[in-house]
Amino acid sequence: MLAVSDLKIHYRTLAGAVKALDGVSFSVADGEIMGLAGESGCGKSTLGKALIRLEERMQYVGGQVVLDDKVLPIADDRAMNPYRFSEVSIVPQYAMSALNPTRRIGRMIDELLDARGLKGSTLRPELERRLAILGLTPDVLGMYPIELSGGMKQRVVMVLSTLLDPSLLIADEVTSALDVASQKKVAGALVEFRDRGYVKSMIVVTHDLAILAQVADSIMIMYAGKLAEKAPTRTIVEAPAHPYTRLLLGSLPEVGIRFEEQRLPGIKGRPPSLLSPPTGCRFRDRCPLAFGKCVEEPPFIEIAPGHQVACWKADAHAQG
Amino acid sequence: MLKVENVSKLFRSGAFGGKKKRVIHDVDFEVKPGEVVSLIGESGSGKTTVGRMILRLTSVSEGRITFDGEDISTLKGASLKSYYRRVQGVFQDPFSSFNPIFKVGRVFRTIRREFLSDLDAATWETRLTDALNAVGLETAALDKFPHQMSGGQLQRLLIARALVLDIRLLVADEIISMLDASTRIDVLNLLGDLKRQGLSIIFVTHDLALGNYISDRIIILQKGVIVEMGATDRVFGDPQHPYTRSLLDAVPHLHERWSEEELKDLGLVADTARSGGHLIEHRENHLVRVYS
Repeated sequence: MLAVSDLKIHYRTLAGAVKALDGVSFSVADGEIMGLAGESGCGKSTLGKALIRLEERMQYVGGQVVLDDKVLPIADDRAMNPYRFSEVSIVPQYAMSALNPTRRIGRMIDELLDARGLKGSTLRPELERRLAILGLTPDVLGMYPIELSGGMKQRVVMVLSTLLDPSLLIADEVTSALDVASQKKVAGALVEFRDRGYVKSMIVVTHDLAILAQVADSIMIMYAGKLAEKAPTRTIVEAPAHPYTRLLLGSLPEVGIRFEEQRLPGIKGRPPSLLSPPTGCRFRDRCPLAFGKCVEEPPFIEIAPGHQVACWKADAHAQG
Repeated sequence: MLKVENVSKLFRSGAFGGKKKRVIHDVDFEVKPGEVVSLIGESGSGKTTVGRMILRLTSVSEGRITFDGEDISTLKGASLKSYYRRVQGVFQDPFSSFNPIFKVGRVFRTIRREFLSDLDAATWETRLTDALNAVGLETAALDKFPHQMSGGQLQRLLIARALVLDIRLLVADEIISMLDASTRIDVLNLLGDLKRQGLSIIFVTHDLALGNYISDRIIILQKGVIVEMGATDRVFGDPQHPYTRSLLDAVPHLHERWSEEELKDLGLVADTARSGGHLIEHRENHLVRVYS
């Protein structure tokens, strides 16, 4: 079980601190696949990365991350090392290009395990078994990355990332660069690995809500460095309470919707700059429901079991 | 207007380029004025290559492409320039279409120098303002650097760049794949508005939902072969080719969850691409490839 409380991560830039993650609290239960969605620049990837490794320009400002009753020392790069790969693991955004092009895949994996003080040969049977679960033959271990399709590479990286049965897996935009058919297989692979207990819980970061609707148990929506809404998948899709979630869902063209018959509205305006974010609700400039009270920041509160929202009008919304 | 007639493309392959590989097989279709045609397929289906051949960025190996009856492969010098005045392309990654050291307005100055040097300053200004307004941007945007703008804004600038030329056909190659859901719909709606004003668009994409939203006609490509084509509602409403069906089945829907079996069906899908066969008319305005 993962519990994050009031996490703040800023980016150091010449112009000042970009408040990419500005006080975020949530938890992910064992066995839960949590989808994390929002527009680019909302902080979703920053959150994913912060849980495993802070990049050089990312600065830990405050907050706590607890995984299985242990506090993760996310601010301390060295102290984090024993947790990486074995407790927390990640499938990065460009996993497909994360494989070394000059090594056969099997050898690359052995070298990687070696660097972690593990023996490749002892883990080989398990590795092959898991590849088979995702429809990959052991032959891939003798191949070079260039010989595999994007979806196959993505699945290889998934097997590798979860080989030590981590408690938490962060999947960062794993389906974004793939065709629909490969996308579906990777999505299936995520659920399969959770169901088999190879990974206890998962955070799937993506901007693709339709994919989350298929694989996630719950979905968390972020906006401009803050949490907007978190709820079980069905609730987010069928009865979202935050106006931003509603507009986001409303701007998705689904098969069957045609421009000629139904022009989908977009969301007017742009997210605020995170260098000096406005006070109060950060969505208020673009929000059709904004009223006087929105100059105060709305708390992220529970309006129904498992359904949290940061909006002054959320209660009325959920009922109406 | 644009006719792609039995076009094939062969690439050299092998260590010394001695072998030839056919990547586009006998592709044949037409784009009428004010029509949006989507080329849909997975990576490696040849959809981008077809777009590039229309823009003359790649040569045609067999067959021919004509625009208003003129074979585009024969165009040279002034006639080629006049072709580019009518046909333009916008590509997937807007950030790589701009030089990061210069302000974005430079792109428009280049266009003026290359294509519209005969226009007087006042006419040019009005054209530029009109084109920018059409995509919902102000002239002030020209004074920004690429990194100061969002992907959606840059993509709209590139569309404006094409509009300044008063083009008749736009080849849009995956232009919204890299954009966020909310910006995506803005660009799609813009394309829809331009189509209403008579612009023809070839919309290249792997995303079936986006293709469906905007197009009049759909062409499904599999490994360089057209397997199904026709009016959007026919092809998506009543798909006939197994490949089209499998693509449609793999599209995730918001309100419909895949069943457990469907989701975990990881069985290596046999490569269903088949060579040969021919397109027959299943119904009016709906062609399907059959294999005898």
